[in-house]
Amino acid sequence: MSEILIKNGHVFDVVTGIKGDKADIAIKDGKIVDKVSSKAKTIDASGKTVMAGALDIHAHVAGPKVNLGRWFRPEDKMIRGEMRGGIVKETTRMEQGFSIPSVFRTGYSYARMGYGFAMEAAMPPLYARHVHEEIKDTPIVDEAALPVFGNNWFVFEYLKEHNIEKTAAYISWLLKVTKGYGIKVVNPGGTEAWGWGLNCLGINDEVPFFDITPGEITKGLIEANEYLGLPHSVHIHPNMLGDPGNAPTTIDTMKLAEGYKAKNKFGREQLLHMTHLQFHSYGGTGWGDFCSNAKEIMDYVNKHPEITFDTGNVTLDETTTMTADGPFEHHLSALNHLKWCNVDVELETGSGVVPFIYSPNVFPCAVQWAVGLELALLAKDPMRTMITTDHPNAGPFTRYPRVFKWLMCKKTRDEQMASFKHSGKVADATILNEIDRELTLYEISQMTRAGPAKALGLANMMGGLAPGMNADVAIYNLNPAKMPTDPEEIEKAFSLSAYFLKNGEIVCQDGQIVHSGTKRTFWVDAKAPESKQVNRDVREKFLRYYTVTQANYEVPDSYAPNPFVIEANANV
Amino acid sequence: MSKVVTDVTCPFCGTLCDDLEITVSDDGKEIIDCQNACAIGSEKFLHVSKEGRVTRPRKRQPDGSYKEISYDEAIEYTAQMLAKAKKTLWYGWASTSCEAMAIGHKVAEKAGTIVDNCATVCHGSSLLAIQDVGVPSCTLGEVKNRADRIVFWGCNPAHAHPRHMSRYSIFPRGFFTTKGHKGRKIICVDCRYTDTAKCADEFIQVEQGYDYELLDAFRTVARGEPIPDVVGGVPKEKIISAVNTLKEGRFGVIFFGMGLTHTLGRNHNIDIAINLTRDLNDYTKFSIIAMRGHWNVTGSGQVLSWQYGFPYCVDLTRRTHARYNPGETSSVDLLRRKEVDACICIASDIGAHFPIEATRHMAQIPSVCIDPHINLTTEISDVHIPVALVGVEVEGCAYRMDNVPIACRKVVEPPEGMLTDEELLEKVYDRLCGIMGDA
Repeated sequence: MSEILIKNGHVFDVVTGIKGDKADIAIKDGKIVDKVSSKAKTIDASGKTVMAGALDIHAHVAGPKVNLGRWFRPEDKMIRGEMRGGIVKETTRMEQGFSIPSVFRTGYSYARMGYGFAMEAAMPPLYARHVHEEIKDTPIVDEAALPVFGNNWFVFEYLKEHNIEKTAAYISWLLKVTKGYGIKVVNPGGTEAWGWGLNCLGINDEVPFFDITPGEITKGLIEANEYLGLPHSVHIHPNMLGDPGNAPTTIDTMKLAEGYKAKNKFGREQLLHMTHLQFHSYGGTGWGDFCSNAKEIMDYVNKHPEITFDTGNVTLDETTTMTADGPFEHHLSALNHLKWCNVDVELETGSGVVPFIYSPNVFPCAVQWAVGLELALLAKDPMRTMITTDHPNAGPFTRYPRVFKWLMCKKTRDEQMASFKHSGKVADATILNEIDRELTLYEISQMTRAGPAKALGLANMMGGLAPGMNADVAIYNLNPAKMPTDPEEIEKAFSLSAYFLKNGEIVCQDGQIVHSGTKRTFWVDAKAPESKQVNRDVREKFLRYYTVTQANYEVPDSYAPNPFVIEANANV
Repeated sequence: MSKVVTDVTCPFCGTLCDDLEITVSDDGKEIIDCQNACAIGSEKFLHVSKEGRVTRPRKRQPDGSYKEISYDEAIEYTAQMLAKAKKTLWYGWASTSCEAMAIGHKVAEKAGTIVDNCATVCHGSSLLAIQDVGVPSCTLGEVKNRADRIVFWGCNPAHAHPRHMSRYSIFPRGFFTTKGHKGRKIICVDCRYTDTAKCADEFIQVEQGYDYELLDAFRTVARGEPIPDVVGGVPKEKIISAVNTLKEGRFGVIFFGMGLTHTLGRNHNIDIAINLTRDLNDYTKFSIIAMRGHWNVTGSGQVLSWQYGFPYCVDLTRRTHARYNPGETSSVDLLRRKEVDACICIASDIGAHFPIEATRHMAQIPSVCIDPHINLTTEISDVHIPVALVGVEVEGCAYRMDNVPIACRKVVEPPEGMLTDEELLEKVYDRLCGIMGDA
């Protein structure tokens, strides 16, 4: 493989500790190296920003509900403006879709923004094959998927007895057969309750029939996660997503992680990753007195190093919501009266899909916009703070550059706030106006590179530019020594990278895709002591309750043609 | 000695049973027995070993007879036809694997064709309704484990999906449904007294073409409003009693088929059936599931959607972006209006399923049929390219009617020298790139 030298760029990198100084980055055989020979191809990055490839810790980019969103919304292909799908054919495959892009557009869009890794945030195990079929078809970007465990009958039965060994043995088996990465929890217990049209609205709300509570499920899964020593922590979407006054439930959920210690060999320190925290930081008793509780939430997060979170920023677009939180989507469709899809999945989980318009004219939408930004701006530790839009729930991932702009520039925030129809009421319900902080490029690199890499247990290979690490490098048309006076230039620079190198190959140049890359599927082989009882339970559940046979459940190796398998060992 | 292959998936209908056991001869070439399958599925396996199978491409001669040609010649013909045509219709896909579809779409995108599947003459109207109003649904295992109310509306699984009732909907005992059949109330709505109706607790005979009105009456009753004495030939009391039965259940499911999708009202019938399901969720838990026909027609919709965002009727002729406009980009309409100047039929049968005017135009334009068997379409195509049978001789992924992906297995070797869909399509792609250039 060829050698590349990126010269004279302003480097922002946590791992090497460079904060905007000029430095050269040498690449050989897909890795960052100390130096290269004189034959290396040179990229002149003078006057540009250089960062490691970014990692998206939470996005719905592949699988059954994503694809349902695609096909049941033909109108998503017809949205006006520059983002209109597939008008300009600049690569070998067509690109379609705005809020739920096609697999080709997904891969190309991430590459254009300098992202090298995306975590599919919710994989229903029964549909793992589908998730991996889409991942396989998505070019360039490395991907992994988190199977959902928070409404799984095996987990309920083992944790009712608080049996961590059996829970861990089951998780170990399931990660292997679904080629999954870690433990995702969505509305623990609530989605099972939704099987009967019910919900769980707090951590002590009992799950019908199973005699267990969301709190017990979450605590048990945290223990199982640390017993298995997985690279990532439990990744939770708590109960009561989107409800006014849900902040106390969110804090109750975070408290569940107190008293445990992270045990793993991957450098991960957190015990609980709180995802799309924006949707869980609300005060008020209804939509009338709806308000931000971001301060209360961040007061807790800032004091507790065992918690990491991603923001879930609302981008004020027309988008498509989709989640394994089935009861929430039903609730949402009753609020906006748009079309509603629901898919309950046997023994495991459920999901729903509803289109949504985050209108600047609607008071709660504007408050949600402010809450997401407040969370990132109130965060004291950027390494535990990650920027997402819970793609496509709060907005499409292609809007990340716009979120960076808002976070980096108070002026644009003030302008946006002033432009809301109910700007006065929104200002009263939020504290965004009082926050002067503007994030630096170094902080952006922490929140989008080193932070998520560490939280995912990938810090030794991704999110940094130290020799030996993956040569995923993004170069942006942004001169830190002479930042543009027009903030729109920041958004533009992050939208279309000058260069993006994936595994040492130039895949994007001047915002154009020039190479389809060699994408990889990451999954975790969690070694744990085998349990004969769990094997027997699995066999029995397949014989009696599943509608596919156990032999047809496993995702074969051919679905991950270019795998990257991380081995974890249980702390027995 | 023979050997038994277990956990085999049946490549016949959307029920996609995956518990078949196939006995194969020692040399792995012949299927001797098939266990657990229905009569149709069983025949699907047993007939591959019968005599008379076409194993090489054939080209129609001026006198109407067919002459064997090589795969290379057939590939050349197909690639040249694709390169020359202004607008090619590429229809079918429902009986091949998702892997083959992904390769086929690459060819279609390169050549700029229309890609359409069997939904266009089947559940296309359901897809349109779901695009209008969404769909509250569930996997078939949820039906098995929870459902105590089952409605079959305009469908006849006793014949079309023979193992559906025993595996998922009427008879199985599940986690919360330990009484099996006895714990479920079955309602069948049809204009005929079908064999499925015979299994139902309640048969409601709707006058032909009045499904929309009857569904409307169900919704009205569910919302507590008055209805006329008779709707669609069904007395008011019967409607009220049926709706009460549904509301009193803990988990209900409506299954529907061609009796709703292709009778008067079409997509609007599905629309109101979905809205009835939505309404019933105000009282209990309810889902609705389309009885998809071909074993992998659902898979075709899935692959098209993740690649282009539309489930059928995908027009790639612009080459820059995909268009979708059923009625304009749908196969039957394109053929009837003579808007296409070439046609490929793959893994389905235009001759057997399309109206005669559409089929006639297909016979008059250059055409290729890619199918393991001789069927009505192969006999009016210029070239027939036989391929190995997916699900019997080739493995691959398929999607069940509830969108659950299940692998199909290879149980025997295909006849010597036969190509698979995937191999054939890759070769067509390579040749097409040779003709059109790589750009």
